[in-house]
Amino acid sequence: MIHSLFLVNSSGDIFLEKHWKSVVSRSVCDYFFEAQERASEPENVPPVIPTPHHYLISVLRHRIYFVAVIQSEVPPLFVIEFLHRVVDTFQDYFGVCTEAAIKDNVVVVYELLEEMLDNGFPLATESNILKELIKPPTILRTVVNTITGSTNVGEQLPTGQLSVVPWRRTGVKYTNNEAYFDVVEEIDAIIDKSGSTITAEIQGVIDACVKLTGMPDLTLSFMNPRLLDDVSFHPCVRFKRWEAERILSFIPPDGNFRLLSYHVSSQNLVAIPVYVKHNITFREGSSQGRFELTLGPKQTMGKGVEAVLVSSQLPRGVLNTNLNPTQGTYTFDPVTKLLSWDVGKINPQKLPSLKGSMSLQAGASKPDENPTINIQFKIQQSALSGLKVNRLDMYGEKYKPFKGIKYMTKAGKFQALLSN
Amino acid sequence: PSSSPRHDDLKEMLDSNKDSLKLEAMKRIVAMIARGKNASDLFPAVVKNVACKNIEVKKLVYVYLVRYAEEQQDLALLSISTFQRGLKDPNQLIRASALRVLSSIRVTIIVPIMMLAIKEAASDMSPYVRKTAAHAIPKLYSLDPEQKDCLIEVIEKLLADKTTLVAGSVVMAFEEVCPERIDLIHKNYRKLCNLLIDVEEWGQVVIINMLTRYARTQFLNPNMNESLLEEGGGEKAFYGSDNDDDTDDEEDKEEKEKKKTEATAIVKRKPYVMDPDHRLLLRNTKPLLQSRNAAVVMAVAQLYFHLAPKAEVGVIAKALVRLMRSHSEVQYVVLQNVATMSIKRRGMFEPYLKSFYIRSTDPTQIKVLKLEVLTNLANETNISTILREFQDDHFNDKDFVAATIQAIGRCATNIGEVRDTCLNGLVQLLSNRDELVVAESVVVIKKLLQMQPEQHSDIIKHMAKLTDNIQVPMARASILWLIGEYCEHVPKIAPDVLRKMAKTFTNEEDIVKLQIINLAAKLYLTNSKQTKLLTQYVLNLAKYDQNYDIRDRARFIRQLIVPTDKSGALSKYAKKLFLALKPAPVLESPFKDRDHFQLGSLSHLLNAKAGGYQVLPDWPEAAPDPSVRNVEVKESVPEWTKCSSREKRKEKKADKPFYSDSEGESGPTESADSDTASGSESGSGSEESGSGSESEESNEESESASEEDEEEEGKKKKKNVEKIKARKPVPETCLAVHAVFTQPPPLPVSVPQTIIPSGNLKTYELLHRITGEGLSVEYCFSRQPFSPDPHMVAVKIQFTNSATSEAKSLHVEDAKLQSGMRIKEFPEIEVLPAGETVSVVMGIDFCDSTQAANFQLCTHTRKFFVSIQPPVGELMMPIFMTENEFKKEQGQLMGMNEITEKLTLEEKCQGEHAVVQRVTTAANLSRVPCGSDKECRFAGKTVTSGSLVLVSVVTKEDGAAQLTVNCEKMVIGTMLVKDILQALTQ
Repeated sequence: MIHSLFLVNSSGDIFLEKHWKSVVSRSVCDYFFEAQERASEPENVPPVIPTPHHYLISVLRHRIYFVAVIQSEVPPLFVIEFLHRVVDTFQDYFGVCTEAAIKDNVVVVYELLEEMLDNGFPLATESNILKELIKPPTILRTVVNTITGSTNVGEQLPTGQLSVVPWRRTGVKYTNNEAYFDVVEEIDAIIDKSGSTITAEIQGVIDACVKLTGMPDLTLSFMNPRLLDDVSFHPCVRFKRWEAERILSFIPPDGNFRLLSYHVSSQNLVAIPVYVKHNITFREGSSQGRFELTLGPKQTMGKGVEAVLVSSQLPRGVLNTNLNPTQGTYTFDPVTKLLSWDVGKINPQKLPSLKGSMSLQAGASKPDENPTINIQFKIQQSALSGLKVNRLDMYGEKYKPFKGIKYMTKAGKFQALLSN
Repeated sequence: PSSSPRHDDLKEMLDSNKDSLKLEAMKRIVAMIARGKNASDLFPAVVKNVACKNIEVKKLVYVYLVRYAEEQQDLALLSISTFQRGLKDPNQLIRASALRVLSSIRVTIIVPIMMLAIKEAASDMSPYVRKTAAHAIPKLYSLDPEQKDCLIEVIEKLLADKTTLVAGSVVMAFEEVCPERIDLIHKNYRKLCNLLIDVEEWGQVVIINMLTRYARTQFLNPNMNESLLEEGGGEKAFYGSDNDDDTDDEEDKEEKEKKKTEATAIVKRKPYVMDPDHRLLLRNTKPLLQSRNAAVVMAVAQLYFHLAPKAEVGVIAKALVRLMRSHSEVQYVVLQNVATMSIKRRGMFEPYLKSFYIRSTDPTQIKVLKLEVLTNLANETNISTILREFQDDHFNDKDFVAATIQAIGRCATNIGEVRDTCLNGLVQLLSNRDELVVAESVVVIKKLLQMQPEQHSDIIKHMAKLTDNIQVPMARASILWLIGEYCEHVPKIAPDVLRKMAKTFTNEEDIVKLQIINLAAKLYLTNSKQTKLLTQYVLNLAKYDQNYDIRDRARFIRQLIVPTDKSGALSKYAKKLFLALKPAPVLESPFKDRDHFQLGSLSHLLNAKAGGYQVLPDWPEAAPDPSVRNVEVKESVPEWTKCSSREKRKEKKADKPFYSDSEGESGPTESADSDTASGSESGSGSEESGSGSESEESNEESESASEEDEEEEGKKKKKNVEKIKARKPVPETCLAVHAVFTQPPPLPVSVPQTIIPSGNLKTYELLHRITGEGLSVEYCFSRQPFSPDPHMVAVKIQFTNSATSEAKSLHVEDAKLQSGMRIKEFPEIEVLPAGETVSVVMGIDFCDSTQAANFQLCTHTRKFFVSIQPPVGELMMPIFMTENEFKKEQGQLMGMNEITEKLTLEEKCQGEHAVVQRVTTAANLSRVPCGSDKECRFAGKTVTSGSLVLVSVVTKEDGAAQLTVNCEKMVIGTMLVKDILQALTQ
């Protein structure tokens, strides 16, 4: 299966290598570098590269290429999924997954990689198990370790691996038992000039933070489970129960995890929470253009729209802008032509707008690119799809846990077209 | 060198008494390893610490040891005893970790120790240790492949393990060590299906992929009825042969059996009923489409694509589309597979058309793949949307332009209604600012125009003008070819283009030069008055060109077209040669036929076989015995039923409420509530009643009457296994073959090309019972590859001793062979007791001729002169080809190498299936996929010289048909035509 792993940074240096079978010379990466040179953008490097004796399968995350060396047939997705899992684990352990973080924690990284694969086949990829084997570094522990000489490696043996629920470590104890669930939805949409929706879809996740003693068995039911027809689950969720009763029944992992992710497509009507009114004109022959933009709330279910940020890539012909926002601050970078306007909160009584003029290159013809506007926003305490949790119950343990559910909507790739 | 002082200080730290110093040293050493720096000189100092009390030090020492043991074998041995001690530790985790490290030390000398340790661990009471043993198996196998047989024993033992912890790992070991031993899976099949949902994600992927292959060897094609609807011929033949049997005597049962297998070139077909085990697999994998792991989802998707009835495959589309929202690498792989699937099952993805719309932020390789999928999904109703999608401003990505224009071309060829729209669109692109766009458009327009040139002379004119501006060689060459080819449509312009080209000839690229010569030649033939001098001029220029291809072409064309006194016989055909009607090129997807690779595999992605790829076998014609999967029931309930019952179990306050099956040492939990489950299981069984008996019978290849059918069914329900055994002569023969063969008998997996089951093979007599004084010998061409020598034809010889005394030392002697022919004799049969039958295989290299191989067959007392003469169809072996390859090869085997015959198909033989049956019975060829149902294609190569043999049968109305054989060896071709004709008309 996976023979070796090389980590390559954006300037093309290998800064870490790990081999699970006999050593493969790092010169095998030359084929990768060739492909990297050919690619116009970093993400255009093909994920699978055949070489005379090996195959290179790579993923790009946080501007680091994780290049796995394969010697024989293996499903490519198997490797890709595993590599992403490695990145997630690093992120989980170090907060960020950067070259510096990996280099600083090289021993922990090595220990993790050692546990995650045996002879190239995944062994322990559950964060719960790994954390039992290798404790994540914290500043305090690092200090203590240097003084006392104690270690990062768990003193106890990893009993979680023996467990019937391999994602949960055993012997969990908390004084405050609590379970929090965050329903987070991201809306991707393209809105045309007239304000009608071209595409709109919602990506939702339910992230959980569960700190419960013992082996709790939870059930989570929804007011409107029919919304969830396109879902993927954490392995802890019992499929059969979901299929039969539309109830999520599971023994949770300890700590943070993603319980499920779902998708609500444009077939179901997706409510669009904000609207944009705009008027951008370039007159032929003139070196001035007019710019007008107004934002307003649309279907927000009575909740306020916050943290609004508008950005747009203006045509190359635009030299500078002279605009006045009614609220917030705006910047325009004459080099990258990136306009960004930090609006903040939308007040329905007094709609934010940005008006003014643009100066164009003298004598140049009317710019033919059509700028698009990207909008970011947040709506607290509401899930746009209308998904609502009905109740959360716990079985298998006697104590009363503290339960909490939070909803939030965010803009994903939310674009308004300015084309005429 | 420079780093050695630092190493000295590391050594000192390692030798100290303080754990913290040791740890610090080990950390620095591991950091060196991680950076790829050599730390091997520290080996002695590090290994000393292998028994260190500090866990982290110990772990880091293990890391070091595994990394460098291979280079320092002698020193590595010092550490072995530590691990051997660990293997006996009372703590299961320590036992497991000792085995893990021990098996990772790649030092050949410890192979016996590892073997012993693995064997012991495989029977450990802890499932975790057993899992580690399963992991260790591939490690040992890669270190010493000689251990294969012993390791298979361990795998067999671990496959029987009932815990989810072990299942994934042991199937992984199975796949690496002995993927061909499908027989090991039978007894564990149902258990694996039922455990699947609780196995960890990575194991699920491996198991699902393996079970896909398994199902392809054991079950019938659920979609076969569709392909059978058209043919009625096979049915008749079946009843006919059945009638014959009825007249036979009861005692002659064996004889009858044999006769049947001989007579039935057509395998019996009945209404398809799915094997319950096949259904079990589909049912238990489906929920995994909801997995968060993309690899699991893909594995289930490919399983459904390869195994599910057409109507059920659709469920995977939504899950695959969901994966499209994942990381771009995941998207890339998923799109590759969707591209292949969307050719076969377009309807499945049509509702998700929008998900394949191209985003300007997509990486190029994703854009290209989305384009591919959109093209595959295009039909009359959605084409306008798709074309708009193509035209939207995606032209700023250079790599992508060419792909878009080609996609438009493909839509145009596939959907007649929009051909003109596409063509107009492409012509508009000719005035695009970007030369690349123009060039690519020219190339595609050229292909489109070839379909209907007469209507588009204005476009050709337009393109002629482009030669002034456009510089991309491929585009220039395409324009010139077009003008030459259709010079009659543009009689005024063509000579002028040649004039301009003659001027610039010396500065053109080679491909352009070749086309200028072509253009000149064609014009000379059609319009010599105007172009004679120009042509001469061009040919003169070409004569002194630097490129020998061009010089060669010029010389050749001059001889052909310019009449001289010495000009050869060909020149009068010059016009025919140059202006022959050329078939329009087929623009088809590069993903066509890619599904002969298992989807989701690396090989599929690369469209090339990767090392270690296991071929996905074709469905068997008749299902093998389903009873092999029956498990002896020890308790009152079968163990594989618990999962289906899971939903019935609600809130129980037990320790392991829902996930019980994975705890290995606790057997009882598994059967705790399986009563209800077994009920539901048998319920589903009766739903699909009769399926078991169906496949069983076809395995026997017997055509029983319907009463017998019912009786059989009853027996099956009683699980009367013994009865079934008694009715089957086949297994016994198999056993006999086992005894003689030195290698295990070939399994269906390893020889996927052999489509015809052995039952259909024609048997010939080698020695009659009378002449042989009680010894009768028959032979048949087994159509298996002869493994000792691939250039030999495998001949299966069956001895039956019907004398009263035993025959001894049967062997071959004194072969009298034509020059070049060779024989590989079968190993001597020492004793053949009276009344016994034995089969052996010998190889004969017939040198691709039908000359008989003469030799003596000797017993301990007598010698018999015998000879084996092969029918021409047995001198070849099947090869796999795609439709494109077939067309290409056929194009190269024209003229004398092609033989065509018209024929009228016999009544029973009309319909695709019957034709395929008859042709593949007559000759050892394999079917080549073909878009048209009017045409059947077959390919093979001769065994000795490997010359291609291509056969195609085109059927028309009323049984009229045309047979074409293309073969480099004309004699073979002629004889083959004769044989196939006979097979199809009688």
